[in-house]
Amino acid sequence: MSPPQIDRAGVAPELRKLERRLFLRNSLSLGGLSLLSGCALDDNASVEHALSLMSRFTDRMQALLFSRQRLAREFDPSRITHPFPFNAYYEESDIRLVETSSWRLEVSGLVSDKSPWSVARFRTLPQKRQITRHICVEGWSAIGDWSGVPLSVFLQHVGVDLRAKYVNFRCFDDYSTSIDMATALHPQTIMALNFGGNPLPPAYGAPMKIRIPTKLGYKNPKYLASIEVTNHFPGGYWEDQGYDWFGGS
Amino acid sequence: MLVMIGSGWQIYNASPIMPFEFPAAITLGGWLGGGIAWHFAAMWVLMGAGLVYVVYGAASGHFRNDLCPAGPRSLVRDIGQALRLKLSHKAGHYNAVQRALYTGVLVVAVLTVTTGLSIWKPVQLGWLTWLFGGYDIARCIHFAMMSLIVGFLLLHVALALMVPATLWGMVFGRRMPDSDRESAS
Repeated sequence: MSPPQIDRAGVAPELRKLERRLFLRNSLSLGGLSLLSGCALDDNASVEHALSLMSRFTDRMQALLFSRQRLAREFDPSRITHPFPFNAYYEESDIRLVETSSWRLEVSGLVSDKSPWSVARFRTLPQKRQITRHICVEGWSAIGDWSGVPLSVFLQHVGVDLRAKYVNFRCFDDYSTSIDMATALHPQTIMALNFGGNPLPPAYGAPMKIRIPTKLGYKNPKYLASIEVTNHFPGGYWEDQGYDWFGGS
Repeated sequence: MLVMIGSGWQIYNASPIMPFEFPAAITLGGWLGGGIAWHFAAMWVLMGAGLVYVVYGAASGHFRNDLCPAGPRSLVRDIGQALRLKLSHKAGHYNAVQRALYTGVLVVAVLTVTTGLSIWKPVQLGWLTWLFGGYDIARCIHFAMMSLIVGFLLLHVALALMVPATLWGMVFGRRMPDSDRESAS
């Protein structure tokens, strides 16, 4: 006895419709669930959890998209934004000041030389200038002129463990942020000492700011106090509140 | 799509490019960080759905058969009929106005996605940002495309409500048992 013949072509459209209906029913019940749980969708703990999982996924995709060779566009000096805006998590009148001559950068973690660094010592290393666009997570942008020591040069100078995952920055205005090792070694990631050819003014992070044109503004810390190379995920001021950690552009 | 729009308005409010902000009640996320989290979560979901749609549209002949814009003559005729509320509408078949609008909104969707990518990754996708005339212009185009999509959504829902019989087919993927007759109710 031969098995009954099935008309595949005839069945396919029916199957498709069935799938579509089932999919719709599932999405409807999801919608129903969110209605039951109240109007404020974003207050729900499980929604919050799902969003942070998606944010981790976004971080991973951003790390995949990142290229060590691809450079941020550099501009002609005529394109520099005047005045370059001040931006921090506080008002400009609350800027904290330090004496440049007594300032030292603390160095810790997976490096062989942990001695602190003065501005004068940083100026003995090779310097690099860049006129690049600073892009804020809020959407505005401005073009600035920074120069200083490439972070990769400094890290190699202090004997960094290149297998380490993160570089963590702490600032004396209680800000903090951290980056991946690939970005730390990018040729345009610099420890900026100058803005517009002069020592960094207080508004732009005196005496040292980390300038990373391949990342959003909140990954560019000012008023640097310490640098740490680590394998423990360090987070950061805004990242701990919900900004995605990679923050690449 | 609505998540994308609501969270996009939240992000817009952080640094408006027009002389207005969106009322908090119609934005999603509560603050900039929340808006961004929603925007990217929805982006991955939409990207998946978009991929399925493109593969299905190309493989099934939907793009070729149903969406390729009809000639200008039939478009003028159908627009005239639509404005006089007499446009013939048959479930499962797109008239010239529908073809033009649906093809147009596909172009808008592609521009929305590409400008969005260009302002998300102006360094890694620098060529795309350059193509749109730079970061600031790409941002404005992204906003303009959002406005067109919102306009299309409103028009689409308004027209669909004028021909209630189509709602069945849109939601359930098949026409209502007795809807083969032409309707222009």
